[in-house]
Amino acid sequence: MFAAIFGAMLKEIVALIKKDALLEFRQRYAFFSILLYVVATVYISYLIFISINDARVWNALFWIILVFASINTAGKSFSNESENRFWYYYQIASPQALILAKVIYNTLLIWAISLITYLVYSWFIGNPVQSQWQFLLVLLLGSASFSGILTVVSAIAVRTNNNATLMSILSIPLLLPVVIIVVRASLGAMFGLDFEQNLVYLGALLALNTLVIILGFLLFPYLWRE
Amino acid sequence: MQKHWWKVLSVLLIAYSIIAGFLGDVPARDILNESIRNLYFHVSMWFAMITMMTISLVYSIKYLAGYKRPFDNRANLFAEMGLVFSFLGIVTGALWAKFTWGAFWTNDPKLNGTAITILIYLAYFILRGSMDDQDKKARIAAVYNIFAFVLMIVFIGILPRITDSLHPGNGGNPGFNQYDMDSSMRQVFYPAVLGWILFGVWVAGIRYRINTSKERIETWKNDILNQLH
Repeated sequence: MFAAIFGAMLKEIVALIKKDALLEFRQRYAFFSILLYVVATVYISYLIFISINDARVWNALFWIILVFASINTAGKSFSNESENRFWYYYQIASPQALILAKVIYNTLLIWAISLITYLVYSWFIGNPVQSQWQFLLVLLLGSASFSGILTVVSAIAVRTNNNATLMSILSIPLLLPVVIIVVRASLGAMFGLDFEQNLVYLGALLALNTLVIILGFLLFPYLWRE
Repeated sequence: MQKHWWKVLSVLLIAYSIIAGFLGDVPARDILNESIRNLYFHVSMWFAMITMMTISLVYSIKYLAGYKRPFDNRANLFAEMGLVFSFLGIVTGALWAKFTWGAFWTNDPKLNGTAITILIYLAYFILRGSMDDQDKKARIAAVYNIFAFVLMIVFIGILPRITDSLHPGNGGNPGFNQYDMDSSMRQVFYPAVLGWILFGVWVAGIRYRINTSKERIETWKNDILNQLH
């Protein structure tokens, strides 16, 4: 019984993710606009700083760029859907499947954006990171946490009249716990500290992400119907 | 009169905490010295704030359970009261920090937690202001209130445990038992906390009555205008 419900939900989630990916592929400009945003921001930072010798400043700048790129990416996740299309979703999918699909899809999208940002940022500004794999691990976990919080906030913001501004003022305070953990963990990776010292931060990120997904799962049904 | 005894109690408790807070004996601690008395006023603000926010959360959950408008109204007012207490807490803390640490603001997990709390709840009021439809506003605001409250608790409850802090009662554990309190201080501190919480509930109740009266006057006005036309 439980397995059957779960299986049906999994099917819905996969179908919804495929649908989002297909739409993204057909409207490539949305993805490339975020990419161009990232490249332009990195380049303007490069022109301002030329080279960064201080690891803390390097780290701070990287995460500031990534936070705003993520807000832009996830902010569109519901506003792209027209009202009429929501009527269609009500018929075919459960709200839980919809929010999970959106969170997973946004995670994949933000992963792509963050890896590209990392490459471009290292290309222009340099890469003082000593433990690459640790940094990448922090990057992936941190982006996944961003995606969870931003997807729920985006579902809230899209219901208001003033979507874009509210998206950032609602999400920035909520992102701060993640940002603080991620900045400390990535500094550890930059200085090549032992993995064990970073483990507590990675555990905290995972726990936070689980919490956010559970909250989204419980709260989204109240958001999606008019 | 029977219903009002707790309001009298609140005033008495606050008055007691102010008088005993300034005149009573406090343990002599290094660095803190006499400034430890600020604990009665500053820390009780945080306890009152968290209580107000928790009551607001409960009303938000109740609203989502039955979509009854009064619950949303109360959730809003208790969030406002919590914000008032957080501002009072910031001011009392900053004045104390200036004399003890030498600066009004330092990079400390507890201070950051407060700043985040204030930002989150200011965003909550802006979110409310951005929607006209009353029922939609109530529903969306309730969802945000629940989501934000849980993340705020993570921020102020768990994060300080994995980072260091200058704050008294810290050093890995923000737990309350670590405060440099002795039993004579507890005799003033707990009544102060209770007094301020009751005071907050009282003010929120008055604001609720003002709000509902205003709404009722509006509907009467509209009724009269409709009959005139």
